[in-house]
Amino acid sequence: MSSDNEVRYLSSHEWGRIDEDGILTVGISEHAQDLLGDIVFVELPDIGDMLEAEGESAIVESVKAASDVYSPLTGEVIEINEKLIDEPEIINNSPLEDGWFFKIKIDDDHQFKGLLTEEEYNDTCED
Amino acid sequence: MVDFHGWDMPINYGSQIEEHHAVRQGCGIFDVSHMTILDFEGSESELFIRKLIANDVRKLLENYSGLYSAMLNDKGYVIDDLIAYRMDNGFRLVVNCATRGEDLKWISARAKEYDVNMLERDDLSMVAIQGPQSPNVLKNFPAPIDFLKEKKRQQGIFRDDIFAAKTGYTGELGFEVILPNEKAIDLWNIAISEGAKPIGLAARDTLRLEAGMNLYGFEMDETISPFECNMGWTVCWQDDQRDFFGKESLIKQKESNDLKELVGIITDEKAILRQGQKIHLEKENHARGVVTSGTYSPSLKKPIALARLPKCESTSCFADIRGKRVKAIIGTPKFIKEGKLIFKEKV
Repeated sequence: MSSDNEVRYLSSHEWGRIDEDGILTVGISEHAQDLLGDIVFVELPDIGDMLEAEGESAIVESVKAASDVYSPLTGEVIEINEKLIDEPEIINNSPLEDGWFFKIKIDDDHQFKGLLTEEEYNDTCED
Repeated sequence: MVDFHGWDMPINYGSQIEEHHAVRQGCGIFDVSHMTILDFEGSESELFIRKLIANDVRKLLENYSGLYSAMLNDKGYVIDDLIAYRMDNGFRLVVNCATRGEDLKWISARAKEYDVNMLERDDLSMVAIQGPQSPNVLKNFPAPIDFLKEKKRQQGIFRDDIFAAKTGYTGELGFEVILPNEKAIDLWNIAISEGAKPIGLAARDTLRLEAGMNLYGFEMDETISPFECNMGWTVCWQDDQRDFFGKESLIKQKESNDLKELVGIITDEKAILRQGQKIHLEKENHARGVVTSGTYSPSLKKPIALARLPKCESTSCFADIRGKRVKAIIGTPKFIKEGKLIFKEKV
């Protein structure tokens, strides 16, 4: 997976990255995996599901807590990271690369720029 | 770090699951100095403790032996759970940190009628060393902790200001050491250098839950009978001449037939059982029970919980997890002991 592309965030700790034209890869941030601690289950959306920007898209459960995962942008799910079902610890070990959750086909690359930059996101974490 | 009733305590040092396995497979060390240590001395200390708690310290034949007990209010509900040790000149109670204020109030008010003096030992620290390798990590500690090898569970020793007993909150072999604050850091460092891993509150919780040990405020509180939190076995009826706080109410409770019971439940579904989730005995009916503590069991790699249910014939139930009814099997309120599965499904 190409990781050189820009990553943008929601303040609710999800990230999105455009790895291919019109396709957004989504996961949770380093900060989020650290807050959650050991992750033991994930519930991913189904391929074909239509997700809305900032709408519920997945659930991640750590020993400590269950947490909803929101989709950064609106789009249709075209791929899910099935590896996470049996090895959810991948999210703790590699939240921004191997621990991606799903990919959605987005209508409009434009909206991506409306998400938080890494710097803006980090600022929200410090509050 | 979190503020735990006024103490700064670590939730985890790294991965809480790795900490959990370290205790089940090797050895872990816990700083449990937040626990409240109370010493009782005076000519009537035995008389008083026998009245104060529901288990009977008359059973402690040797000094430094301990037993687990509830301290009940007049309604026969649980004010706290504790360990009582017989000491040279009286008794030592180790009670919970969260309940310290209420305990002190309750105890001091009742001690007035006895020749007994209560001393809170905040000059002492408490460290738990737990796991199959625990006897090996203090070989070089300058105290005869080796003597513990010959002791049975719940027995202890006391030498050179250091008290240690074979007790714990994990279901593993191990001991708890109570020692002067200034010696605690040495003990900690030696144990770590011999391979003990530091364990935070999060793994302490998954370990005690797998072992089926109660946590005050979860399995029981001052509205819960010891019979409804798997503590009936700790109430001692041997000496029928002995009175203790809550005894009369307990006798009445025993006669009632609507007492609930604490059970263990396990699910194969990928959703974690957590405190407060409602339990349904049949899928569509009203909720009849509740999860008192739930977690993901690192040993079983499945969600487990302690739950309070009406006494029933059912061998399975449904937990309400975020609106879904998740099937779980019912069994003993104990899952793991000394690294092995001891959970028994109800039949």
